[in-house]
Amino acid sequence: MNRAEPLVLGIETSCDETGIGIVRGRTLLSNTIASSMDEHARYGGVVPEVAARAHLEALQPSIEAALAESGVALADLDAVAVTSGPGLAGALMVGVGAAKALAVSLEKPLYAVNHLVGHIAADILDDQAPPLEYPTVALLVSGGHTSLLLVRDLTTDVELLGETMDDAAGEAFDKVARLLGLPYPGGPEIDRAAASGDNTAIPFPRGLSRASDMAGHRYDFSFSGLKTAVARWVELREAAGEQVPIADVAASFREAVVDVLVTKALAACRDYGVPRLLLGGGVIANRRLREVALERAAAEGVTVRIPPLSLCTDNGAMIAALTSELIMAGRAPSTLEFGADSTLPVTEIQVAESA
Amino acid sequence: MILGIDTSLGSAVAVVEPDGVIRSEARSLDPRGHAEAIGTLLERAMAEASVTPSDITHIAAGMGPGPFTGLRVGVAAARAFALGRGLPVVPVVSHDAVALELLLHSALTADWGFVGDVEDGAAETFAVVTDARRREFAYTLYRGIDDDGLPIRVAEPALVPRDELDAVLAAAGAKRREADRIPAAMLALAAARALSAGRTVGPDDALYLRSPDVTLPHAPKRVNLPAASGRAANGRSAAAAPPAPAVRGQDPA
Ligand SMILES: [Zn+2]
Repeated sequence: MNRAEPLVLGIETSCDETGIGIVRGRTLLSNTIASSMDEHARYGGVVPEVAARAHLEALQPSIEAALAESGVALADLDAVAVTSGPGLAGALMVGVGAAKALAVSLEKPLYAVNHLVGHIAADILDDQAPPLEYPTVALLVSGGHTSLLLVRDLTTDVELLGETMDDAAGEAFDKVARLLGLPYPGGPEIDRAAASGDNTAIPFPRGLSRASDMAGHRYDFSFSGLKTAVARWVELREAAGEQVPIADVAASFREAVVDVLVTKALAACRDYGVPRLLLGGGVIANRRLREVALERAAAEGVTVRIPPLSLCTDNGAMIAALTSELIMAGRAPSTLEFGADSTLPVTEIQVAESA
Repeated sequence: MILGIDTSLGSAVAVVEPDGVIRSEARSLDPRGHAEAIGTLLERAMAEASVTPSDITHIAAGMGPGPFTGLRVGVAAARAFALGRGLPVVPVVSHDAVALELLLHSALTADWGFVGDVEDGAAETFAVVTDARRREFAYTLYRGIDDDGLPIRVAEPALVPRDELDAVLAAAGAKRREADRIPAAMLALAAARALSAGRTVGPDDALYLRSPDVTLPHAPKRVNLPAASGRAANGRSAAAAPPAPAVRGQDPA
């Protein structure tokens, strides 16, 4: 195995994107994504069984497309990589089954890795950015997760500082969009509606931000109370026969989400004396979130890194990138014994490393 | 050399020679844990058959019916193994493997009435029955074996509520043959026979037999007004509101 610049194919199926990535060392060769998002639209959220079926159909064509794009032959690979978790169990299993069979058929080593740590590794593939410095605080926000991490070393030391206690931020966007009568996915729709709104119009609550919450949940998030507050506000207006100012509701709701995310991330930077913040996950596509993060981080002397958006959403390239780092760090492959772990803790960067 | 893979009940992998000689079969009866087991079973089956991946020429894939979460693992593995070596996938109805085993067994034990001659009506109709979870069985009706040595399906795989199975089978005049495992060697053998006869005997897509579970449509939950007020929130009718998605992390089968 080439440990200096390994050629790795990564398979990611933890949610609704079938991601196949191919990297050589730290160079991105292909980031192929097939999304089943359209199939979920009419349900207003990701339906696990629909996602899993779509993965099974998308895997082979996606692998073929990634190989064609990168000009790589499967026989040339140094290793196969796959997401073991966290994510939707049935969806993860499709990737795990495929990755194991691919690795066995090619007689190549297999690495089973952590999806969340993969989101951080995505940053390494950004050839425009200076090398990732440690430690860094990482804020990962998507429809499936909202996590605040302290990364001392990508391959050995990632600590969970906090995570959402209920809905992921992306889910909150979807649910609030739904109750405003806006289509799925909610993020871009809320953004569009918010463009003409006043984000200070309605003082929606900031979850887990009271002094009494801060002792136990300083870095944790909660968005379900916010969603309920929006629903209540809208219902009261309707009951009173008033027009609901969709733009103001959307802008004020979005501001509440963004405010909590950025406030807690920067608090972690301050508390741990880490002047670096890495953003990842699909919700980073939200312009207002990026804007507020950059503005407030700059005021506190914190440098913000944001990988290209195509690497922020779930993808296989980040799984390949993380594995490439593991290989370059001398790590042994995983055994074939692992399964899908829908609640895999972020501290388990690699699963089932062989002795 | 044909590699048979099936995860529609437990997990099973077998290596069979093109002429039907069974070289190995490795299996796990665990009705879950397919993703955990599949890699090791692939390695074991090939090791016990003393073959390497480069000796494999075809992949026989068990396409179900079966509980979908497990079933998909084997189909994904079969396709990925085939892709890795540039091999064709031969899809097989998983129940065909059970039927073939029953038919061969009855032939060997000289229970000729069971195999029978289809034309003179002596063959017996039987149903391969497997657990489909959610109080349902999956069943497929067979009657005898054809000239290519393949079981004759007289009705395609279907689902039936557990307590209605016997009535359905009685109406079809079929004997109930319940299976708790799919023999991967028989799956590979069926593929070998289909190949030599130049026939396609299985579907390209997994036999789910069920639509994905989705929570039925309901309006966004009301939080502080009585539901009986007669007017849906936002003036929208409940039926027009988009349905809620199933809970994240929940797997239906
Ligand atoms: Zn993600």
